[in-house]
Amino acid sequence: MKPLSTEHLLGIKHLKKEDINLIFETADHFKEVINRPIKKVPSLRDITIANLFFENSTRTKLSFELAEKRLSADIINFSASQSSVKKGETLIDTVNNILSMKVDIVVMRHPNVGASVFLSKHVDAKIINAGDGAHEHPTQALLDSYSIREKLGNVKGKKIVIIGDILHSRVALSNIFALQLQGAIVKVCGPTTLIPKYISSLGVEVETNLKKALAWCDVANVLRVQHERMDIKYFPSIREYTQLFGINKEILDSLGKEIVIMHPGPINRGVEITSNVADSNQSIILNQVENGVAIRMAVIYLLAQQIKK
Amino acid sequence: MAKKTLLNAKDIHIILHRLACQLIENHNDFNNTVLIGLQPRGVFLAHRLQEILQKDYNISNIKLGQLDITFYRDDFRRREAPLAASNTTIDFIVEDKKVVIIDDVLFSGRSIRSALTAIQSFGRPESIELLVLIDRRFSRHLPIQPDYKGRQVDVINSEKVKVSWQEQDKKDAVYILSNN
Repeated sequence: MKPLSTEHLLGIKHLKKEDINLIFETADHFKEVINRPIKKVPSLRDITIANLFFENSTRTKLSFELAEKRLSADIINFSASQSSVKKGETLIDTVNNILSMKVDIVVMRHPNVGASVFLSKHVDAKIINAGDGAHEHPTQALLDSYSIREKLGNVKGKKIVIIGDILHSRVALSNIFALQLQGAIVKVCGPTTLIPKYISSLGVEVETNLKKALAWCDVANVLRVQHERMDIKYFPSIREYTQLFGINKEILDSLGKEIVIMHPGPINRGVEITSNVADSNQSIILNQVENGVAIRMAVIYLLAQQIKK
Repeated sequence: MAKKTLLNAKDIHIILHRLACQLIENHNDFNNTVLIGLQPRGVFLAHRLQEILQKDYNISNIKLGQLDITFYRDDFRRREAPLAASNTTIDFIVEDKKVVIIDDVLFSGRSIRSALTAIQSFGRPESIELLVLIDRRFSRHLPIQPDYKGRQVDVINSEKVKVSWQEQDKKDAVYILSNN
């Protein structure tokens, strides 16, 4: 078995196809582990992990924390709102202080693009990017592809449309890299104001008509409208957004085929997706959450393996 | 590499039947007993014993699981190559059952130590026994001994004992491999 080709998980862009396969195969085993009566293995008993969240997160933080605990690692949590960052401490100082407590792996979410790459060059620990600004969110993309693979058997050749706020979404970019690496065909769909100009350079087609996009795809990954990242108005009203880009049961019923619905969460029910779609049988939203723990266990396990005794 | 045959297919056939009878002696109709084959190679032995017990001794409903111990090993982060895991399939409750752990070769005892921890994730067994085809004497790192053994051998540490199975390797045999 070959090890991961990378020393950190900074983004999908730094991964090879074989890395993704290795992560998925490892995650298969961890998925079995987390369904046992006792959902814990002792592998990472002597590893300490710091979860540094410089930006709010619920599900990613819980998912990482649970993954780490299931692997028996010791963990410390840190969130920027309660820290010395507010007193003017730099990122490197903050992290080096934490590392002097003998931490082996750092899981970091940060509002600035490239924060985890920067950190990986300046500190002596394994870095896992849990989201850097509107750049990448690699573990989310891995769990999304893993969930597609679980539902449809394979990612290769599948047609996937990512719908909504592409401009502010790190989930979109990481998903595009991950899906293309595995041979899927990716389109994006959303208001033109929320689609970045560079998107065509990634080999991704834009479809502004929601119904056409849905009729084309096998899987629709619906993103949240990120109001908190919008400093200007990108569309006239939420109501208008919902009318043009909201997924509801009527539009899905009119397709004449069943597509898979995904959403990275948190859901704005009634905005980008209606409740009867989010809670329907064709939605795999909760499977994504379960798979998130298995995927993060796999990533942490494989990176920890590289830390020599 | 020199290869010496320790057991041929006929020897293995006889040994497997003897082991099956010894299991019956202690476990009667296997009502409260489960067999757990260790991945990767203990699984072949476990399946063989199950087959013999069912076909030749008419004991039906023998519960058989396969257990992978990769995540419980004590040499994590001490090797160059990653440890590759195999599937674990235990679709029954181990709580209050008599468990027989089955592996092909008992060497250092470290795999069995890991298996003893791993099996606890599926409940608290009433008892755990160990069955191996080959017991390498004088090579233990831990105080672990088999309850049932096919053949005991004395081989030096640089030699390797390889069990070949019809299902995987097209022939039943046990070899001792050495570098000289």
